[in-house]
Amino acid sequence: MIEARGLTKRFGDKLAVDQLTFTVEPGRITGFLGPNGAGKTTTMRMILGLDRPTQGSVTVHGKEFTKLAYPMHEIGALLDAKAVHGGRSAYNHLLCLAQANGIPRRRVGEVLELVGLTEVAKKRSKGFSLGMGQRLGIAAALLGDPAILMFDEPVNGLDPEGILWIRNLMKALAGEGRTIFVSSHLMSEMENTADHLLVIGRGRLIADCGVAEFIERNSVQSVRVRTPKPEILAGLIAEVGGTTVPGAGGVLVAQGLPVDQIGDLAFENGIRLHELAPAQASLEEAFMELTADSVEFHAHAPSQQDAAQAASNGHMHPTGVA
Amino acid sequence: MATTQIAPAARQRLLPPETGRAGFGDALRSEFTKIRSTRSTYWTLLALVVVCAGIGALASAGAAAHASEISRATFDATQQSLAGLYVGQLVIAVLGALTITSEYTTGMIRTTLSVQPRRGVVFAAKAVVFAAISLVTGLIASFASFFIGQALMSGHHLSVTLGDPGVLRAVIGGGLFLAACGMLAYGLGAILRHTAAAITAAIGLLFVLSVLINFLPSSWQDHVDKWMPAIAGSQVWATKETPDAHQFPAWGGFAVLAGYAAIAIIAGLVCFRTHDA
Repeated sequence: MIEARGLTKRFGDKLAVDQLTFTVEPGRITGFLGPNGAGKTTTMRMILGLDRPTQGSVTVHGKEFTKLAYPMHEIGALLDAKAVHGGRSAYNHLLCLAQANGIPRRRVGEVLELVGLTEVAKKRSKGFSLGMGQRLGIAAALLGDPAILMFDEPVNGLDPEGILWIRNLMKALAGEGRTIFVSSHLMSEMENTADHLLVIGRGRLIADCGVAEFIERNSVQSVRVRTPKPEILAGLIAEVGGTTVPGAGGVLVAQGLPVDQIGDLAFENGIRLHELAPAQASLEEAFMELTADSVEFHAHAPSQQDAAQAASNGHMHPTGVA
Repeated sequence: MATTQIAPAARQRLLPPETGRAGFGDALRSEFTKIRSTRSTYWTLLALVVVCAGIGALASAGAAAHASEISRATFDATQQSLAGLYVGQLVIAVLGALTITSEYTTGMIRTTLSVQPRRGVVFAAKAVVFAAISLVTGLIASFASFFIGQALMSGHHLSVTLGDPGVLRAVIGGGLFLAACGMLAYGLGAILRHTAAAITAAIGLLFVLSVLINFLPSSWQDHVDKWMPAIAGSQVWATKETPDAHQFPAWGGFAVLAGYAAIAIIAGLVCFRTHDA
C-alpha cells in the first residue's frame, strides 16, 4: 500500500506536484495516468525518496521509504531502464543491487531466468536493446520479491512483442497478489491492464476511480451502425430523440439511444443493417477530454469536425474488443 | 521470450530477515561488486602502477647517469624513485572522481538509492571501498617504484634500503599519499556530480595550484606553498628535509593533505544527503 497525503513538489517557481492525496490499494493494478509533464515521474521519485517533497508525505506500507528496513522486499521500482552503468554486466548489476539488501546470490539467477536474460547475463548492458534494458530493470525490481511493484512508463518505445510481454507480466504479478502501480500517458494501455485509475494533470489529481467507472463518467455511450440507407435511418433516429454523426461508407455514429432500440427501429422500417455495435468513447478520449485543460503544452486543438470524422472512421472501439 | 511463466503460489516467497535492516556491511559488499565489475577500474589501477613505476624508473636512471655530479649529502634516493607519484596522484584522482560521478552520469544513482535509501550508508560504503582499493594499489605502486628505482641506482652507490632512516615510512607514505589524493577527488566528485568537472577540480587543486605558486613573489611563496595539498602531502614520501626548510615535517604535511581530503568528503556527504538525486 502506498499512501500520499498532500504530496507537493515545487521546482523553483514551477509546481510539479500539487497537493496529491491518494492511496494505492494492495492486490490490484493501479494505473497512474497523465499527459507528459503532469508530474507522474516526480511523484514516483518522491515515493522512492529520490526527491524530497516540498510539502506533504508519502509512505510505503505505512513507513517513509527511507525508513524501510529492507526496501527491496517492500517495493521494487523501474523508473528508468537506462539508470544502469552500461559497463557492468547484467549479472553484476543485479548482484550489486541484491547485495545491498542482503539478498542471496541465487536470486540473481532466478530473476534473470524470469525475464529471459540468462543468455546475455555476462554481457555488458550498454549493448542491450531498449526491450532488453527494460527486462533488466524489471529483473532488478523483482529481486527482493516485493509486495509492491512500481513501473514508470514501462512500455514506452517498446515493440509490440515487448508491450505484450510487459502487459502479461503485470497481470501475472497482480495475479500473485502483488500491488502494481504503473504510470502511462497512453490511455489505451491502461484500458487493457489497469483495475483502478489515478489521473493527474498539471500535478493535480483529476480522478481516482475504477476503469469502467472512469469511462462511463467521462464519455457518452454511442452506437455504430452501417447501412445502405444512412440518411433514412438518421432521420428515424432523429424522430425518436437521438442524434447521429454521418461517416464514410454508410456509417452512422448514433448517440442518445440504446443499441437495441436502433436495431428495432431499423427492422420495423425495413432498413438493412450491415453492422450494429455499441461503441464507447475509449479511455483515450475520456482522458483527453478530462485533461484538455491541464495539458502543459498545447498543440492546436482539433476542430469539432475532425473529431467527428475520426469517430466515424472507426476510432471508437466497440466495447470489449479494444 | 514472449510469455513469462510465474507459477503463482508454487514458488516460495523470498522473505527478508526478521530482524535488522539493510546496513553498512551489505552496502560494502554491494560497492565492492560495483567497483570490481567495471573495466575502467582495472585500467586506471594498472595505469597508476605503470605511471608511478615508469616515471620513477626514468628519474632513477637519470640520477644514475649523473651519479658523479650528485651530492650524496642532499640526494634523496627514496624521493627520486617515487617521482612518478607526482603524476600518479592525477591517475588515482580520476578513479576517485569516477567512483561517484559515474553513478550520476549513468543514472545508476537513482537505482542505487532506490535499493538503499539511507544515503550516508551508501556514501560511506563507497568511500571505504575506494579508500581500501586505492591504498592497496597505492602501496603496490609505491613499493614497485622504490624497488625498481633503487635497483637502477644501486650500481652507482646512490641507492638506499628500506632499513635506512625514514625510508620505510616514506615508501608507505607514498601509498597513503596516493590514497589521500584519490579521496580528495572522491569528495569533489560528490560535490560536483560531473566527471569532467570533478577531475578538472582535482587536477587544479593538486597539480595546477602547485605550479601556479611559482609565479608568486618568493616572500609569499614560502608561506603559501607549504599549504598546497600536493606539496604538503608529498613531504611524507621524502626522507630528507628540503633545503628550504619552511615545509611541514613528513606527517604534518600528510595531515594537511588529509585535512583537505576530509573537508572535501564532508562537503561531499552533505551534498549527497541533501540534494535530490
